[in-house]
Amino acid sequence: MAAPAVARPPIIRTERLRRLASGRNAIVALVALLVAYLSLVPLGFLLWQTFVRGGHLTLASFREAYSETGLFDMTANSFAFAAGSTALAVVVGTGLAHLVVRTDVPFKPLMFAASLVPLIIPGILHTIAWFFLLSPEIGVLNLHFIHPLTGHDFNVTSIPGMILVEGLHLAPLVFLLMVASFRSMDPSLEESAVMSGAPLRSVFFRITLPLARPALYAAILIMAVRTLESFEVPAVLGLNQHIWVFTSRIWSTLNAVPPDYSTAGAYAMSLLVLTTIGVFWHGRLANRARAYQTVTGKGFRPRAIPLGKWKWPATVLILAYFVVSVVLPLAILFYASTQQFYSPPTHYTLTHLTWDNYKTVYHDPLVRHGFKNSLILGLGTATAVMLIAAVASWIVVRTRLRGRWLIDNLAFLPLTIPGLVLGVAILSIYLRTPWLPVYGTLWILFIAYLTRYIPYGMRYSSTSMFQIGRELEESAQMSGAGWFQVFRRIVLPLLMPGFVVVSVRELGSSVLLYSPGREVLSIAIWEMWRNGQFPELCALGVLMVGGLVVLVGVAYKLGARIGVREA
Amino acid sequence: MLTIRNLVKTFGAARSEKHKRVHAVDDLNFDVREGELFTLLGPSGCGKTTTLRCIAGLEMPDRGEIAIDGRVLFSSEKRVRIPANERGLGMVFQSYAIWPHMNVFKNVAFPLRVMPRKQRPSKRELKERVERALTVVRLDHLADRQATDLSGGQQQRLALARALVLEPPLLLLDEPLSNLDAKLREEMRFELKRLQRELGITGIYVTHDQVEALAMSNRVAVMRDGKIEQIDHPRAVYERPRSRFVADFIGTSNFIDGTVESREGGTYVVDTDAGKLRITSDKEYSVGAPVVVTARPEHIELNTSLNGVGPNVWRGRVEARAFLGEVVDHVVSVGPHELRARCNSKVSIPAPTEVTLRFHEEAFSLIPAGE
Repeated sequence: MAAPAVARPPIIRTERLRRLASGRNAIVALVALLVAYLSLVPLGFLLWQTFVRGGHLTLASFREAYSETGLFDMTANSFAFAAGSTALAVVVGTGLAHLVVRTDVPFKPLMFAASLVPLIIPGILHTIAWFFLLSPEIGVLNLHFIHPLTGHDFNVTSIPGMILVEGLHLAPLVFLLMVASFRSMDPSLEESAVMSGAPLRSVFFRITLPLARPALYAAILIMAVRTLESFEVPAVLGLNQHIWVFTSRIWSTLNAVPPDYSTAGAYAMSLLVLTTIGVFWHGRLANRARAYQTVTGKGFRPRAIPLGKWKWPATVLILAYFVVSVVLPLAILFYASTQQFYSPPTHYTLTHLTWDNYKTVYHDPLVRHGFKNSLILGLGTATAVMLIAAVASWIVVRTRLRGRWLIDNLAFLPLTIPGLVLGVAILSIYLRTPWLPVYGTLWILFIAYLTRYIPYGMRYSSTSMFQIGRELEESAQMSGAGWFQVFRRIVLPLLMPGFVVVSVRELGSSVLLYSPGREVLSIAIWEMWRNGQFPELCALGVLMVGGLVVLVGVAYKLGARIGVREA
Repeated sequence: MLTIRNLVKTFGAARSEKHKRVHAVDDLNFDVREGELFTLLGPSGCGKTTTLRCIAGLEMPDRGEIAIDGRVLFSSEKRVRIPANERGLGMVFQSYAIWPHMNVFKNVAFPLRVMPRKQRPSKRELKERVERALTVVRLDHLADRQATDLSGGQQQRLALARALVLEPPLLLLDEPLSNLDAKLREEMRFELKRLQRELGITGIYVTHDQVEALAMSNRVAVMRDGKIEQIDHPRAVYERPRSRFVADFIGTSNFIDGTVESREGGTYVVDTDAGKLRITSDKEYSVGAPVVVTARPEHIELNTSLNGVGPNVWRGRVEARAFLGEVVDHVVSVGPHELRARCNSKVSIPAPTEVTLRFHEEAFSLIPAGE
């Protein structure tokens, strides 16, 4: 078959010129430029701000940043916090996923309900709920269980406490990731190990887990990056105790008067380097893992392994997890929202409930504004991210365009930029661009969210794009549809449920896609927390959780309705 | 009706051979006549699907010309390349490519709805045309059904209706039956053939299934490595394969090497190391030329009575047999050769038994040695 080189005939060249001018290419070019702009500009700016001062390359800001006292503690804290909560989340999430997918443990639906927690309880609310549950002296669990049993309080405002809260909040994400992975695994691989005489424990550690390695690495990476850049837990639980991590330090540097942008930039760069190493390391591991990956995309109905005598302990474990991760936080939030002033529940407080906080919240202009802006930003960003990601992933997956890998990587780049760092960069950029007057408007938030969620949008839409057979597009072409029509009538409608479903079910980190809408509200909550308005805060939290439950429910319905069946 | 001239399509090879390009389609020429079903047959990787996709406009050929009824769709020389969506051809894909987010009616209506605004039919006409197309494939009662709720055979019909709704001059079929189970495939084979004949559709059919090709087509082109080995009527391809590849790919064949000993008009006597064979052939071979004789196993008769040996009657010994239901296969050794003979199920001879092999005239085909 192989033959000497064939000179490409001249027709191709003129063809290419003619086609370059088409509307399709205009859109492709526009999206590519947009992605490049969104991801490169903040990064470039950050570099410039940190390393250039007065027109010179300098490391001065690093010297200043790292000559602060307590720096060693901060770094150690960051690592301990990230490593601990990642480990907790991965172990709990993977274990529960295996129980649910592969064994006959009862109450499986409860686990899936629990897995929605990160979607419906924003991080800051979750953290505050745990503060009420586990803080020394006033924490409900400390008062009624831990102190009577051990004689000590468990202090949630400590590194172990922060690890516990962050780990619990992230475990469902790992759970979702691993469920998808275990489900797509051919059960005959495990069965053949059983037939070779391996006991169940060895099957899990020697066959199942190694096969799930790609998903496991992905989970570890996402968790590590997310904990490094997590702000809510260190801020709520660590600030008052002066337990600093990178993110809280950046925040306090920026909150100083006057704000010190270049020192913040230096911290931000350190964080950026760490997350980049994480992403790079994951890429290498994932590549190596792919070599022996025999997991097919096909869906299987795996045989459930009977647990035997372990069934009851496992059941207790599942129920306990559900209570701890769902019931307790929601219950304490609801309780606190019905109190005049926050105090631990007693007979008196439980009989003197009030709805005043809801009224206050309802009339609070900040809250109303927050709701409106959240809604606008949430819908706006979701739509924009979907459209951009759809076109970008179409370019990457479908075309043979040279340089398409660049778009893929550029779109992935913002993933390495911690949210707070991105905020810093975007804030400073648009402070200095009077020709682009977005500062102080919703637009700057829109740009920030767009940048932040494009990597995730890209992940989901390329996953779905791979699942949409090329022939579906080709048959539309054969039916006479041009590129726009194919995209509007075939690609987008097919991508949409994939977006919803993949983001809800497959990649746990999808929480982030829902975040833009609620973060504006999260700001309101953060402000209330700083002002000590605990009951009002909880009332707002309960309303928010209610709203998110509805939203997630609709998303699920939408996903289930349109052609995307359980594989 | 369709003419293909000097069609070449190459793909970039693996990185290690950076400058070599694989010729998926290598200088192809053929014509398809009005109203016929023309089949491209070959093993996977022979370029049949690439050829079809070039005609569809989904692949851009490197060189050559494709024209339908004088309308040039692609020509490297005239610098013409009409995009797939403006060619107005119908195509049925291997996976059917039914859009899962539309119901049956909408799937079929799609080609009409994306027509340029001026030509787009009115609502009533659109409904009529869709219903007509659905009636043709007997899906009219399922118009409101969600496309994903159809069975495999129904999806296949739906894909066909969608391809036919524009009444295209040429229908392209890319292994449309390969996803169906054996029973349904047989049913659909007749159904497709009936539709094609009744509607007078010109079609190009791509398949790797020789039975399908023989059963359905008016003419078959057997492809190998991007080239056409033989274009003929199904019967001719089967009975008079022009190369060892064709004989081997279609049906089962015994190959016996030999040399032409003598000829008398179109009748040759070929000397082989197991005996002599008398063969008629329309091709020219000179005396002494090395040739290969192909013999179809179903045209070899086995007999346990051992009288009468001569040209086309050999002696051999049954070495093994296999009962296949309708027929019984025997492996018979003759000299250095092991030949396969297929008998009807009444004849079943245990091994080892000495037998007489009687070759029928039509069993043979003569091809030059070395393909």
